[in-house]
Amino acid sequence: MKDILNFAIHAEHLSRHYTLGTTVIRSVDDVSLSVVPGEFVALLGPSGSGKSTLLNLIAGLDRATAGSIAVGGRNLAQMSSQELSHHRRLTVGMVFQSFNLIPSMTVFENVELPLRFAETERASRQDVVRQALDRVELGQRIDHRPTELSGGEQQRVSIARALINNPNILLADEPTGNLDSRTGGEIMNVIRRCNQDLKMTIVMVTHERSLAEKFAQRLVFMADGKVVTQPAAEPELAR
Amino acid sequence: MKSYDLLELAGRNLRESMLRNALTTAGISIGVASLVAMLSLGAGLQDLANRRLSKSGLFDTVYVTSLRDFREGDSDQRKQERKVDVSKARALDDGARKDLAAIPGVVEVSPEVRFMGEVRYSDATHAAFVAGLTQSAKENESFDGMKGRFFTSATAPEAIVQLDFAKDLNEKDPNSVIGQEIVLRYAERHSMAGSSSPGAVADDSNPNASLGGGGGFSVVRKEQPLKIVGIIEQEPFGGMRSISRARVFIPSQLVENLNMMQYSDMRGLTGDAAGEKTYLALVVRVASAGKVQQVQDAVKKLGYRTFSILDATKGLRRFFTVLDLFLGIFGSLALAVASLAIINTLVMAVLERRREIGIMKAIGASDGDVKTLFFAEAGAMGLLGGVFGVILGWGIGRAINFGTNLWLQRRDMPPETIWASPLWLIFAAIGFSIAVSLIAGLYPAARASKLDPVQALRYE
Repeated sequence: MKDILNFAIHAEHLSRHYTLGTTVIRSVDDVSLSVVPGEFVALLGPSGSGKSTLLNLIAGLDRATAGSIAVGGRNLAQMSSQELSHHRRLTVGMVFQSFNLIPSMTVFENVELPLRFAETERASRQDVVRQALDRVELGQRIDHRPTELSGGEQQRVSIARALINNPNILLADEPTGNLDSRTGGEIMNVIRRCNQDLKMTIVMVTHERSLAEKFAQRLVFMADGKVVTQPAAEPELAR
Repeated sequence: MKSYDLLELAGRNLRESMLRNALTTAGISIGVASLVAMLSLGAGLQDLANRRLSKSGLFDTVYVTSLRDFREGDSDQRKQERKVDVSKARALDDGARKDLAAIPGVVEVSPEVRFMGEVRYSDATHAAFVAGLTQSAKENESFDGMKGRFFTSATAPEAIVQLDFAKDLNEKDPNSVIGQEIVLRYAERHSMAGSSSPGAVADDSNPNASLGGGGGFSVVRKEQPLKIVGIIEQEPFGGMRSISRARVFIPSQLVENLNMMQYSDMRGLTGDAAGEKTYLALVVRVASAGKVQQVQDAVKKLGYRTFSILDATKGLRRFFTVLDLFLGIFGSLALAVASLAIINTLVMAVLERRREIGIMKAIGASDGDVKTLFFAEAGAMGLLGGVFGVILGWGIGRAINFGTNLWLQRRDMPPETIWASPLWLIFAAIGFSIAVSLIAGLYPAARASKLDPVQALRYE
């Protein structure tokens, strides 16, 4: 048996099945996957292949129905709801395709929010948030609302928020999906810097193979909830 | 999450849906105002009753009677008293009077004397209850607005009459009787040691003609001229004492010197202590109202029955507790309706902020954080609703008080305060409002905390 402590992420025979009426949907089915610390892995596959579900399982947003998944050496299946929220707060950071910023809050408040949940002292928060926003070159936009920013800027705020508690792992669910190719490239550069400069482990879900090949160190292909060795045909992937 | 972060986020969320939350808070305010209004009315009426009783001058008084005398009533205490062997019960005599005066905290012991007499004035004779008043009664508020003056001394041959009696004496100008002389005809008690047939009656021409003996007494008709020095309009001691309803008042020491026959003398004839001078009741005045209970306990230990206004107020307090309870229940109905508005508002907020809840959970909020956030929002609405409700309720109270006094004024009646909002009521109302709001927030908060973050993030 492999020593799970050597891996940033280690999944063994991981499954996530849903039951809809009499139909069982095998969203993730018997997946075994290991990611070493500091690795940049891209999950590729067509829609419904189980990429996002796998990402949610790694994030601790969802629970496996079978198998095990360990992140940072700890088995998420054995964690309580409280421990999972702690895991999401400090071990992983998440970036979404639709940015998921809270529209009623300013840029500063959005980035500050995870610090509130982590019970960071108010006095130290100001500097930490400013530094995080400077890192994504949005230091001048702290008082703006998300609706006043472009898609690329919103995604950069989202990355700043994901990094604010210094997690070891960044999970990105199609981070360029809602962006044009130039802005998407900029966002990928920011993510790469996180990997190279901050030595963070990156797991990114994407449809775009070219983007994945350019930035990721390893590509993992999924189809019908399983990890496959051969990628699906290009037209299907693009879909 | 730290409490200041929690409150800040709750405040921010409440501001986001300003109109809806303001309307819900207004609903709570009306509920609290209704509760405050009802309970303030109860407290005000209780204060009014207490003020009335304290004006009566009875709060520093203990009324003492002998267990030899029968008292009606179905209370356990009365039933217990009736089991006492009356021949062994202590008589309320001069010895008892001395014992009572020796109790610490007692400032005065005087007999409660009231008797039926005849008053002759200007060729007409009127029947009237006559009562003795101590000099200390002068301090009683009942004599504040009297016409004329109080007695010059405890033995002065003077009388104060009720206004109704003064009208009987002179219907056209009752005030003119002040300074006039009346003659009081009464039955004097003569002790007859060795008499075998007590209770005989003689007239004043031959007092020794009575058939007496065996410790009995004879009764002699006597007359006492008195000068009317004052007229009172209201019954002294708030109408609470047996002497209150007398029509003619004379100094207490004068009454004792006149040695008039009392009901207790007749009762004494049948007892073993026949012929002894006993009192129907002794009134013990205490240094302060706070010492009444202590003196009352000491008197009971001496073997007498006691009554004080404290006993009466116990019943009164029970009545007002029940009244407050009912007023509180009616007042709470509006708050119960308001709590439904809180549930509705927060359930709507959970639906609307579903995605936001998902985001918060994705970036590290625990189920507890989400739950306490919704609790804090419910509590904040309760607090604001409570504060505004108290202000509104206080305003309603002032308005009703003003209206009531206007109504009383038009009927030439003195103004009254029927409204009281004590500090405890204000804090209790705000506390109750917060508690009801938190209870109302239980379901929405639980619903929000149990949201599946994956589902919530998909919600558009």
